[in-house]
Amino acid sequence: MTENPLDLMPELLILGGAVTGLLVGLFTPRPRQQIVAWICAAALVASVMAAAVAALRPDTMAFEAFAVDLLTHATRAAVAVATLLVVVLAARWARGNSREAEVYVLLLLSALGTVALAGAADLLVLVAAYLLASIPTYALAAFAKDGPGTEAGLKYYLMGAFLGVVMLAGVTLLYGLTGGTAYEHVARNLPGSPAAGIAVLLLLAGVFFKAGCVPAHFWVPDVTEGSTRAVAAFVTTVPKIGAFVALLRLASEVFAGSETGWRPLLAIVATATMTLGNLAAFYQDNVRRLLAYSTISQAGYLLVPVAVAGRTDLAEPALLFYVAAYAITNLGAFAVVIAAGTDSLAGYAGLARRSPRLALALVVCLLGLVGTPPTAVFVGKLLVFAAAWDGGLAWLAVVAVLNTVASLFYYLRWIRPLFQHGERSRIPEGGASWIAYLTAALSLVLGIASGLLQAIA
Amino acid sequence: MLSLVIFLPLLGAALLAVPRLGGRTAVWIWIATSAADLALVTIMWDGYTGGIGYETRLRWIPSVGAGYHVGVDGMSLPLIALTALLFLLCAVYSLKESRRPRSYAALFLFLQTVAQGLFAALDLLLFFVFFDLSIVGMYFVIAGWGHGERGRSALKFFLYTFLGSLALLLGLIGLYLGSHPRTFDMVDLTAAPPDAGGLVLLAIGIGLAVKTPTVPFHTWLPPAHTDAPAAGSAILAGILLKMGAYGFARIAMPMLPGAWQRYAWVVIVAGVVSVLYGALVALAQDNLKRLIAYTSVNHMGYIVLAFGAAGLAAGDARARELAVSGAVTQMVSHGLVTGALFLLAGVLWDRVGSYDIRRLGGIAGTAPRLTAMTVVAAFASLGLPGLSGFIAEFQIFTGVIGTGLVGAVVAAALSVAGILITAALMLRVLQKAFLGPPGELTVSDVRPYETAAVVPLLALSLAIGLAPRWLLDLIEPVSATIVSLVSR
Repeated sequence: MTENPLDLMPELLILGGAVTGLLVGLFTPRPRQQIVAWICAAALVASVMAAAVAALRPDTMAFEAFAVDLLTHATRAAVAVATLLVVVLAARWARGNSREAEVYVLLLLSALGTVALAGAADLLVLVAAYLLASIPTYALAAFAKDGPGTEAGLKYYLMGAFLGVVMLAGVTLLYGLTGGTAYEHVARNLPGSPAAGIAVLLLLAGVFFKAGCVPAHFWVPDVTEGSTRAVAAFVTTVPKIGAFVALLRLASEVFAGSETGWRPLLAIVATATMTLGNLAAFYQDNVRRLLAYSTISQAGYLLVPVAVAGRTDLAEPALLFYVAAYAITNLGAFAVVIAAGTDSLAGYAGLARRSPRLALALVVCLLGLVGTPPTAVFVGKLLVFAAAWDGGLAWLAVVAVLNTVASLFYYLRWIRPLFQHGERSRIPEGGASWIAYLTAALSLVLGIASGLLQAIA
Repeated sequence: MLSLVIFLPLLGAALLAVPRLGGRTAVWIWIATSAADLALVTIMWDGYTGGIGYETRLRWIPSVGAGYHVGVDGMSLPLIALTALLFLLCAVYSLKESRRPRSYAALFLFLQTVAQGLFAALDLLLFFVFFDLSIVGMYFVIAGWGHGERGRSALKFFLYTFLGSLALLLGLIGLYLGSHPRTFDMVDLTAAPPDAGGLVLLAIGIGLAVKTPTVPFHTWLPPAHTDAPAAGSAILAGILLKMGAYGFARIAMPMLPGAWQRYAWVVIVAGVVSVLYGALVALAQDNLKRLIAYTSVNHMGYIVLAFGAAGLAAGDARARELAVSGAVTQMVSHGLVTGALFLLAGVLWDRVGSYDIRRLGGIAGTAPRLTAMTVVAAFASLGLPGLSGFIAEFQIFTGVIGTGLVGAVVAAALSVAGILITAALMLRVLQKAFLGPPGELTVSDVRPYETAAVVPLLALSLAIGLAPRWLLDLIEPVSATIVSLVSR
């Protein structure tokens, strides 16, 4: 246990980037506000490097409330990289916006909250992180000030505020039951009573909201469709990383020893999430809604290792690898949407002719989301299935397999038009195209070189 | 050396990405790459001395004990050679392909790497990677270059076989979790069979049965074949179906000997049903390609039957070895013969745009060379002595009956009926479409490049039929190993 602020260096760097960006943005004339993007990007790069350095040091607990361990290091790296990609994706849209600097600052603040969510080792820090991760995204969702965006923002906010209060009630109840809020303390004193079960349920409600799990998933499709594309890419990717790592930490460090019925609960929520997400995605003609439901189903797979946390050594690598692989692949799919500039499935007809490389990137990303080898998500899925089976929930692995097959259907609905006849004008290459190529390549490299990555971890 | 053989086609495919490459050049690059690969395989065959040859073992995902482990033995080497040959001939056959030849060539080269990698894989995860990628590659071949309801057929193919491959994945995970220490390495798993029982075998069995395909998991096959381009059908039937059968002999039998013995009768029944059902349904087809597709179900049924019989621990060991070596021979033979048949069916489609036997007739008059080749292929398919099908099926039946168990004898007797039906349906095709009075559609004769693509397959089938020793010497030691492993 230490009280050394340097243990939080990666977080401080992100915070510093956000604050500097905000101040510089205030004093910079509008045409030159792009400098804020560079500041924020630099902060994120520095944060990744700081996280890499921190990973070499032994695990520790900062301020008795923030765990600095493998889970946190991995989240730091994944969140910073993903946010960096979003910053690039958002650049073109933000350029023309009257509040350019704020876009990047809000992205960074939300990313900071996400990392804190994953590192939190105290329920109160968890709540604070929840708010920090959520509030900037409400603003981002409605940033364009148009009808769909405002509706999305409002829905997002109402749901987030409601479930945040529910979560706070859970924290209160747990405090009353155990007399403390530190994870370690709660874990030692958590009784097996029904009250504890209810407290766990209330607490999970908030995290489910961030993770986009059923039944707290209603905001996902609306925000993904209504807000700006880059923001949609962000909210369906980055907060999830933190939410799932927080879930895993809660499961393995707080609930693991207790008999509060949390395992069956998570298994059922996982089943419902993946199945509902898949079924709803089947006949979507808007690719953003399709991706929204796809992210819901992916959240279902991600819950599987959480449900077996503490029972198998595979749960932690499975979740970390899957969440990182998912983040990269999902961002890749959104990058293609941004580069192609169209949301309707029909708009993708002939993409293979208009931009063969973009079409290839999309195919890699979509097949990656299915879990086709040798993409990164395949390795994640493999670990998830193995973890489920090893943890005594083989039936959940079977459910996940059946859902994977079902998901193939709607991803293929998007792949097929690429090779049909359609518009012929070429798509100009921009930042988004390059992000698409990069993420597609990364998804392959992560899958093929997954051994190296795990060796480092 | 082996890795070069596996990945050379992929390098060729990468070469095709060069901008502003002409379509014809692309096909020639394809042919050159495949020819080079076949040359390498021939050298490898020549230098193979027994056991696991050309082995490479690298760490890939050490945390789960998965590696890049490849090598060849007497079962995988003939299949790799068959793959190299059939892909080269498909390249030759596609010389005049006019629809996006560059992507077509790249896809086939990709598929060649995938198929050869699968047969060389000695790691379950590596095996699965190639198994799954073969589906992806074939999906694009059917969806992009097929005809008829290609989108629907391709989707059905993908969904169905993907379900199979994920069932297989679950089974492989079961093997992994049952092993001590945990590993995905096939050699280690074969040496020390994991603690896994019927459920794992069920998952693996379903996964491989979909791919093989075995009744009742065969329904994806006829539409996929019918709507695929000729070269795609040839590869699908000639190579991809072998992946399932190969998996049984490579994974299910040696790694789950106890469960395989316990459920051997289930496998035998599945084999017999596939044999009879495939033959009977084929008899009722008027669409030539669907007909060939169903004979594939029939022919793969013999393989399943032989593998089932190999699990009858009470039976005579020598006889079971004979059955297994017959099954492996059948894999090669079926690849050659069905490959040829599908390419010939492709010639028909190219000329008249139809596979309907009722609308054809008297092809012998207008296309004597096409007729001659089809006759040879049809006879090879129905198992006429002197051709490879006979060698394979004769060994299978002798082996199954030789186990000396009443049930096995009954199974073999029922399956022999399959040969009779196949003979009847092949003769029916020859009579209706090739002999007899001229039909509604007139077919012109084969072009030189088409002849060049088909004749080597038939010649090889004849070579195996007349002098099989060179192949059997390679296969028999492996069959003995497999039988001794499954009898543990």
